[in-house]
Parts: sequence; C-alpha cells; structure tokens
Amino acid sequence: MDYSWNFDIISRSWDLLLLGLANSVYLTAASFVLGLPLGLALALARLSRRKALSGLAGWYVDFFRATPSLVQLYWFYFALPQILNVQIEPGTAALLTLTLLSSAFVAEIFRGGIASLDKGQWDGARAIGMSYAQAMRRVILPQAIKRMIPIFLERAIELFKTSTIASVISFPELLFAAQDLAARSYRSLEVYSVVALIFMVTLISLSQITRRLELRLARSGETTTS
Amino acid sequence: MPEAIRAEKLFKSFGDQQVLAGIDLSVEVGETVVVLGASGSGKSTLLRCMNFLELPTGGRIYLHGNLVGTPLGNQADAKMKYAEPNLQRVRAKVGMVFQHFNLFPHMSVLHNIMEGQVTVLRRSRAQAESRARELLAKVGLADKADSYPANLSGGQQQRTAIARALAMDPEVMLFDEVTSALDPELVGEVLRVMRALREEGMTMIIVTHELGFAYHAADRIVFMDAGRVYEEGHPHDILIAPKRERTRQFLEGHNQFRLPEAGPLVASEQT
Amino acid sequence: MQYALQLAGVLAIGALETVKIAVMALAISLPVGLIVGAGRYSRTRYFRWPAAAFVETFRNIPVLVSIMWFFFAFPMLVPFEISAYAAAVLALSLNTSAFFAEIFRAGIQSISPGQWDGARALGMSYRDQMRRIILPQAIRRMVPAFTNRWIELCKLTALASTISYQELMYTTKMIANAYYNPVEMYSVCGLIYLAIIYPMVRATYRLERRAAKETA
Ligand SMILES: Nc1ncnc2c1ncn2[C@@H]1O[C@H](COP(=O)(O)OP(=O)(O)O)[C@@H](O)[C@H]1O
Ligand SMILES: [Mg+2]
Repeated sequence: MDYSWNFDIISRSWDLLLLGLANSVYLTAASFVLGLPLGLALALARLSRRKALSGLAGWYVDFFRATPSLVQLYWFYFALPQILNVQIEPGTAALLTLTLLSSAFVAEIFRGGIASLDKGQWDGARAIGMSYAQAMRRVILPQAIKRMIPIFLERAIELFKTSTIASVISFPELLFAAQDLAARSYRSLEVYSVVALIFMVTLISLSQITRRLELRLARSGETTTS
Repeated sequence: MPEAIRAEKLFKSFGDQQVLAGIDLSVEVGETVVVLGASGSGKSTLLRCMNFLELPTGGRIYLHGNLVGTPLGNQADAKMKYAEPNLQRVRAKVGMVFQHFNLFPHMSVLHNIMEGQVTVLRRSRAQAESRARELLAKVGLADKADSYPANLSGGQQQRTAIARALAMDPEVMLFDEVTSALDPELVGEVLRVMRALREEGMTMIIVTHELGFAYHAADRIVFMDAGRVYEEGHPHDILIAPKRERTRQFLEGHNQFRLPEAGPLVASEQT
Repeated sequence: MQYALQLAGVLAIGALETVKIAVMALAISLPVGLIVGAGRYSRTRYFRWPAAAFVETFRNIPVLVSIMWFFFAFPMLVPFEISAYAAAVLALSLNTSAFFAEIFRAGIQSISPGQWDGARALGMSYRDQMRRIILPQAIRRMVPAFTNRWIELCKLTALASTISYQELMYTTKMIANAYYNPVEMYSVCGLIYLAIIYPMVRATYRLERRAAKETA
C-alpha cells in the first residue's frame, strides 16, 4: 500500500488539538484534586475500628475496582439525570465519574501508606501524649504522604488515560477533538497517529518526572523514615 | 602435596575501583587456608574470582595445574578469554558457600541438594537422592530432608548449603563468612562440619572472622589488605606474633580472640 | 415477563462476547508479554531496545486511543479490512502485553542476586538458572500483579463498544436507547460486570495476602 501521508489538517488545526489537550489535563487534574480529600476520608473510614464504616468504605473501593469506568460514566450521564430529573452536562458527568474513581484509588494508597508506617511512630507520638487525631495529623500523615507522592503521580497518569472515555459523551477532550477532526478531514490515519503521539509524549514526560521525584525522595531519605 | 588451585597476579576492578591488586595464592590438595582481612579488603571478591562468579580483570587461575581460559596472545600478562561453558565446568568443581546461604526457597532441603547433581552433573534422580541423603546425614540433618529452607534455623540452612556444595563432589571448597549471619549459639554447629571436612582432607579456602577457629583449623593464614596478600604464614605466627602493622591492628580489633596461653579458646567453637 | 427473558438473553450474549474478547486478549498478552519482558532483561541491546520501545509505547497510549487507531487509521496502511473485534483485541492485547512485560521484568529483578550466585556456583547454565531457580520463584511473586492486570483487561473490554462491537456495554446501550430505560439498563449492566469481576478482585486480595506472607 502506498498511502500518501498528508499532515495539512494537523498544521491547520493544531489549536483544536491543543484545546483538547488542555481539556484533558483540566479533567484529569480537577478530578484528581477533588478525589484527594474524598480518598483520605475513605481511607480513614477504612482504617476505622467501626466495622460498618470500614466495611462500607471497603465496598466502595471494591465497586470501583470491579466495574468498568465506561459503565459508571454512562450511568452518571444517562441514568442519574432521570433519577434526579435534572440535566447533567458531559463535563460534569465525566468529572463526577473520574473523581469518584480517583478517590477509590487514592483511598487505597493512603491506607497502604498509613499502614506501612512503623508502629514505633504511633508509639512515639502516643508516648508524648498525642491523641489519635493529633498523631495522625502531625506525625503519621506527613511521613506517609511523602512516601506516597510517586504512587499518586502514577495514579494520576492512569487517570489521564482513563479520561479519554469522556469522548464517548462528547466532552471535548483530546480524543474527542481527534474524532471530530478525523471525521471532517477524512485523514484519520494522520490525525489518530498524531494524537496517539501526543498522548505518548505527555504521559512519558509525566512518568519521567515521577521517576526523578522518586529518586530524589529516595536519596533524601524521605521515603524511609521508619 | 600437589597444588589444587592457584591464583597468579590476580587483578579485579569494578569500574575505576581496583579491588584485587595482584594476588598470588596457591593452595595444596587437602590444605585449609583461612583468609583474614578488614571489611572491604577484597576477600569476597577473591573467592568469587576463584570460581568465576566474577571474571578477573587480570592474572591467571590454575585448577590442578591447568590454566582456566585462553590467553589472548603469548605474553605472560596477556588478557584472558573465558568461555562460559568452560567456566560452568570450573564452577561445578569449585564449591562455594555464602554468608547468606542462598538456598533455593522453592525447593525442599533434599531437592536443594539434588538440584546441581541432576541439572549439572546429569546424575539420575535416584543417584542424586541417595548422595543427598548421605550428605544430609553427614551434616546432621537427616530428619530435615523434606523441610523447606524457610523452616530451618540459620545454622541448619548453612549446613544444608554446605551439603549442596559437597554434592557436586568439588575439588576445592570456598567459604565466604559462612557464620557471620548466624546467631552466636548456631556458629559452632557449622564450624564443626567444616572441621570434619578438614579431617577428611578437603581442600578449603575459608574467609572468616572466627579467629579461634582459624587458629585451630587452618594450615595457613593469609591476611589481606587493600586487595593484596599483606602477610601470610602459620596460624600461630600470624595470630600470636604478627610481624606487620596492619595485621596487628586487625587482631587488636578482634578482642574476642584470646591467646591459647590465657585459657580456654573462644566459646563459639565449643558448641 | 417474556420481555425480561428476552432482555436477559440478549445481555447474556453480550456478556459472552465480553468474556470472549478478554480471554482472547489474555491468550495473546501472556506469551507476548513474557517474550517482551525477557527481551527487556536481555544482555544484548538488539532485544533490549525494541522491547523497551514496545513497553513505553503501548503502556503510554490510552487503550481507547489505540482502539480508535486500529479501527480507523490502521486499515489505511494495510490491504485488508480490520473488524471491530480485531481492532479491540489488538489494542487490548498490546496494552496488556506491555504491562505484563513490566510485571515480568520486575518479578525477575525482585529475586535476590544471591539466588543467581547460588545457582551459578553449582555450575548451572544461564538457561538452567533461569528455568530452574529464578523463574519458579519470580512467577509466584508475579501472580497477584498478573491477576490485577487481568481485572483491568476485563474492565477495558467495555471500550470495544465505542467501535460498535456488540459486547455487554454496547448491547446495554442499544437497549437503553431503544426502550428509553437507562436507569434500569445501566444499573443492571454494572451489576453484571460486578458479578463477573468482583470474585476476581476478592481472589487477588487473597493472593496478595499470601504473597506478603511468603516474602515476609
Ligand atoms: N559487584 C561489585 N560492584 C562494585 N563494587 C564491588 C562489587 N563487589 C565488591 N565491590 C567492592 O569491592 C570492595 C571489596 O569488597 P569485598 O570483596 O566484598 O570485600 P570483603 O569481602 O573483604 O569485605 C568493596 O569496596 C566493595 O564495595
Ligand atoms: Mg565479604
């Protein structure tokens, strides 16, 4: 096959792709940030001594591990509006889905990070008379969070990939921009190849940053406080 | 006695760091040589080069007078070329026991000892098993054949590792600080096995910090410093009357070693 | 009642297609992942570099993007049609293979150097060291990570619906559109996925606990 490549459409519409990328970044960043406090709350619930509370939080996490994000997205976009009898925008549905998904993963990271801390840290905090809440806030979390930063970034990268599903409900992120462009120009090979490349470069850069951060943290000894 | 193994002007560098700086060491058949030296002086590297777990960067190694590898040229100091299958044969003949045992955790004690016999020496499973059981009895672990390493004490694991190396019917045995990772009360059982091997005439090179053991079990002591043989001789000469400064300093740092005249020897060697 | 039965039948067929894609992709990813993973561990760069490029590429392109690429773009390069099934299986397999390769590599690297020493000191060949000593231990450690990835794969199959492959997600969407009952359909669909995947999630928890105990 000698297909004659033609990248005119890309050079003419790069602003659309850039806007799409910006929307992808926004969607990922917003849902990740919103997912953080929610995830922390879930993790604390999960570590709680109250059986019902920790069980419920466990179920929440498992639910997101065991169902495709696409189903969740469709549910929030098509089913939820009917139940609430309101209109839900694609952006809102996508943000809601990804935030909840992210909170479930973040919860697991928080839980693992807190659980991995040496028991001596708790004992040390208790020994100087701190309450559970004080020990958690002033001793445990600050150490746990430092260790978790690289894992959080890894998660954010996964979230970035998952955010492409927003295209199926026409939220104008990067993949949607590509579909739009490909349909209008009949240049699907060029468009999809370039977009795949953009995703790849973006994500590889993010992984590199993560890796470097991990090394820096490891060197400064901040990941091995115990 | 004929020579079992010999290192000649042995050099080894890791990158820029020279770890062995021209070691000459010849060991006779049936001889027990104990290698002493401060941490970092290159003892492990020397042993690892002698069975080619590390490739020397210079010098020669002879096994029973036969040069291992092929020189690239005619000069005496020509670089050596080592072919992997050849090295595998050498390693099978030179047994090694490690500080951290390196037993295979997914295999029972019996299978650990059969593994090399079957995969390397191509013995039948029946042959390998009977040899393994024989060796287990010898190191006092006959009843542990079906246990897994994780369920053994450190001393038992180390005796298993010794049996695993002996199963290859090696011509030389190398021991690298084999009691350093053990609880003090388990050291004796391992040293006793090594003493028994000496009585049987096994050729051994032993790196250890158990000076009492060295005093009694060694035919010769080699003291290493900065990748060289710094002083060597009869155990009494080296341990009681060292001639050189570094050796003396080293011995002063090991105050658990008491002179024979001063009473009973180190406790670790009895039980 | 009859309507409900019909629905159940259609959804069952969809679910079967979902399982079919997942199993097919797994069957491809396991050997490819192992080969690529071994390639990343190879001593010659002629294996190492392409293997690294493979992993970086397919791990970093979102699966939905590569599904679109294989369905809409790839056919322009090759002289044959690409079915939705083929595009979905290809995209899912390449992504999963890349992750498997990483799991495989990390599993081998997690084995302590002493194990190599122990095997080498007996005079074993590289092949025997790998086959008899390293792999049996490494594979045991990799199992939880492999099952986690398998669960991811099962979930990702829903993306095949975007190129109109009639698996569970697509079937659900069609029915929801036709009968205008999204609440029921998407809820039921979610529950079906849950019923299929949840037991596997529980199983990975058990595997992880066991692995943690073994390495402790
Ligand atoms: N594989 C290796 N790579 C780099 N340096 C090494 C390696 N093995 C040993 N060394 C270095 O060689 C020196 C001697 O080490 P070693 O032979 O283990 O000494 P010893 O056993 O006497 O304590 C040390 O400085 C050590 O860091
Ligand atoms: Mg050493």
